[in-house]
Amino acid sequence: MTEQTQSMQPQYEQGIKQDNDEDSQQYLTFIMANEEYGVEILSVQEIRGWESTTVIPNAPSHVKGVINLRGTIVPIIDLRQRFGIEVLDYGATTVVIVVKVAMANEHKVIGIVVDAVSDVFSVNNDDVRDAPNFGEDTDLSFIKGLTNAGEKMVILLDINRLLGSEILPEAEQLSNLINTLDARQQQAVNA
Amino acid sequence: MEIDLSQFSQVFFEESLEGLDAMESELLNLDVNKPDEEAINTIFRAAHSIKGGSATFGFSQVANYTHLLETLLDEIRDGRRQMTSEHQDMLLLSVDLLRNMFDALMRKIDFDDPLLAQLEKQFTIEIDKGTKGSVSEELDSSSDTLAEQETPGLLRWVIDFQAGIDILRCGNDPYLMFNELRQLGELSVCLAGHSSPEFNDIDPEACYLNWQLELITDQPLERLKEVFEWVEDECTINYSSSPVINDNTEQDDELSNRDPAEAASSQEQQGSEAVQRELESNKVDEAQGPKPKAVSQAKTPETSSIRVSIDKIDLLINMVGELVITQAMLGQIGQQDKIDEESLISLKQGLEQLATHTRDLQESVMQIRMLPISFAFNRFPRLVRDIGQQLGKKVNLVLKGEDTELDKTVMEKIVDPMVHLVRNSLDHGLETPEERLAKGKSEAGTITLNAFHQGGSIIIEIIDDGAGLDTDRILRKAREKGLVGQEEELSTEAIHKLIFKPGFSTADAVSDLSGRGVGMDVVRRNINELNGSIELKSSQDKGSRFTIRLPLTLAILDGQLVRVGKHIYVVPLVSIHESLQVEPSKINRLSDGHELIQLRNEYLPVIKVYQEFCHTSDAKEIKDGLVMVVDSNNEKIGLLVDELLSQQQVVIKSLEDNYNRVPGVSGATILGDGTVALIIDVTGLVSMAGIASMKEDAA
Repeated sequence: MTEQTQSMQPQYEQGIKQDNDEDSQQYLTFIMANEEYGVEILSVQEIRGWESTTVIPNAPSHVKGVINLRGTIVPIIDLRQRFGIEVLDYGATTVVIVVKVAMANEHKVIGIVVDAVSDVFSVNNDDVRDAPNFGEDTDLSFIKGLTNAGEKMVILLDINRLLGSEILPEAEQLSNLINTLDARQQQAVNA
Repeated sequence: MEIDLSQFSQVFFEESLEGLDAMESELLNLDVNKPDEEAINTIFRAAHSIKGGSATFGFSQVANYTHLLETLLDEIRDGRRQMTSEHQDMLLLSVDLLRNMFDALMRKIDFDDPLLAQLEKQFTIEIDKGTKGSVSEELDSSSDTLAEQETPGLLRWVIDFQAGIDILRCGNDPYLMFNELRQLGELSVCLAGHSSPEFNDIDPEACYLNWQLELITDQPLERLKEVFEWVEDECTINYSSSPVINDNTEQDDELSNRDPAEAASSQEQQGSEAVQRELESNKVDEAQGPKPKAVSQAKTPETSSIRVSIDKIDLLINMVGELVITQAMLGQIGQQDKIDEESLISLKQGLEQLATHTRDLQESVMQIRMLPISFAFNRFPRLVRDIGQQLGKKVNLVLKGEDTELDKTVMEKIVDPMVHLVRNSLDHGLETPEERLAKGKSEAGTITLNAFHQGGSIIIEIIDDGAGLDTDRILRKAREKGLVGQEEELSTEAIHKLIFKPGFSTADAVSDLSGRGVGMDVVRRNINELNGSIELKSSQDKGSRFTIRLPLTLAILDGQLVRVGKHIYVVPLVSIHESLQVEPSKINRLSDGHELIQLRNEYLPVIKVYQEFCHTSDAKEIKDGLVMVVDSNNEKIGLLVDELLSQQQVVIKSLEDNYNRVPGVSGATILGDGTVALIIDVTGLVSMAGIASMKEDAA
């Protein structure tokens, strides 16, 4: 958490700097419903195109099924559905990001379906801001923080919390959150 | 130089537990009236090495206790004492006690058991009342007491240490041993001779030297021997001692030379003789060593590691070698710019070879996980003996097919159900000696454990020649519990099946053995979880036979591929009885919407797979599709599917690794085209469909 007194504007320039010192981490960003999200690149195992899955009976709708990833059975989760965002048909840019999630004392490999991958960039840890507080009812622990990449705001996701457990805000809360974030971003840009 | 011994302690624990296992099995096999020399030797050696090791590692509690065992065993071994069944019991109890001690040591907690003090006392009394007058026995103890009595006084030990040519090659360093001795007292080392060859012939790894060591110490001989504990097999070590009269060591050297042993009490001289004697007997014992040692190694306890025979590894390496050759051959073809007919033929050949090698490789890899079932059988002699004694029943245990190999994971999971069944046979099955005699049977009952392969499965039988199941009593109990209607008549087989019902126990009183809340239903469930089945045959007064059928491995199963809608599922072949198209006239609909089909003279409930799995299918009605009759908990159930596809061996992949447990699905597999197919868990599917409750409602 940075000091609140710092202004937002100059931060993104530091945010995109490409150096790799200890205070910064690289993130892979992807786009979903015009929002940009980032996941730590070290947890990303590979990026694949969409392929048909074997449906798991009676699974929640965001679990698209399982695929064979070189002999390992990997579940595929649609992040739009998981976040409760309107579902789109999969298109040419639809990708599956295969991530490694740390569970209690093991790893799980899970694929997430997103609209498109965007970029890889380094974020200085100092440039990560906490997500705004929405009160105790909304668990946002899966959001690591917010940062800026150029004009855009990037929501950095904590993939272990996001996929490792079942905590997820209700869809409505999430869209509230995104709207609020957008509004603040706009304010910051206008200021 | 101090060596951190703790890094070796895990190995010591494993070896000691192995030793205890060997000890236990030898003790159980031992005929007390005519003890086998070899067996006694094995038992002695196990106790001896546990003692030595634990002393080295500083586990004095274990060392002191095993010393008692060793003393007693030594006397038995030398024929100075007659083995009695009392000894046998004491030693068996000691095995248990030592296991607990090791357990405590491994978990780094204090061991406190009143049994220890009790057994220690028992052993001491037993050793004390041993045949007096036998010289060597007194000497043996004297060498111990001597050291203790003489604690304040110093002894001069002369140790002839003939290191043996291989000592360095085995990773032992005499220098370190001498250093350790130096910590015990005043040490002087002399080269006693060497056997070095010509300079050109010297092998730098060989040790050509012998030493004579003189140590002035107040430590007992035991402590000295510990230093050489690891090398005593390869080296010749002689100890002799004389008292140090003068504290001035410089004079002492000459003094002891001139001062003959007579000056000392003759006891001490005898003490060193006893040591010699012990050494000699040790040597004898080593000479007989290899064979029993091999036996004890074969009986490895179940730890998380596997010992694999070199043969299996060699096979694997050969196979990989072949694979590499094939790969090179295919690579060569791949480098050609154009593939003509000739290279096409060799390409095909190469691919065929590749297929063969892959299959062989798969088989050999599976072989690594295979262990002989004796690993599971080994625990039963003790169990049967103890329970038999407790119940006052005479039992012979017969083990057959111990070499039959079984996957390690399956083995680990089958032991508990087997233990339960054997307990049951002992408790409920076998009669007391009096009852048996009254029935005209031999006094001692027989329990047979038998294992063999049949097709792709392993069969384990637990057979007793006891009373068999009391069908009248089972039926009465079942009626009391409302499992069977008062007027309902059942066939004998149906009555036998009742004992697998949850919550059913024939024992009138809850005894120590049964009624621990683990019933036959749990046994059956555990076996079903392994994709296996259990059957029971029993006849009054002749005995019962439980037959457990298990897949050889949990990694591969024979599966029937079926299609439901656009989904492909795998059903384990073992659970399939038959598949059929059902005529509309044979379908009955119950009022609650469930459907039954008539198959010969049975009515079977049908589960519509697509309904349970909530997707579409081509055959929505029973008459449109195929009904696959499967076995779930010894009940026949129909599964409605669209189409049968091929049968094939499938490699089982876990869904839980990266996802969750899915009801009705036991795992997944990868088909030839690379897609994933789910494996149906028949029992899980049945409970999803609520068939069990439906049947009860219908009844």
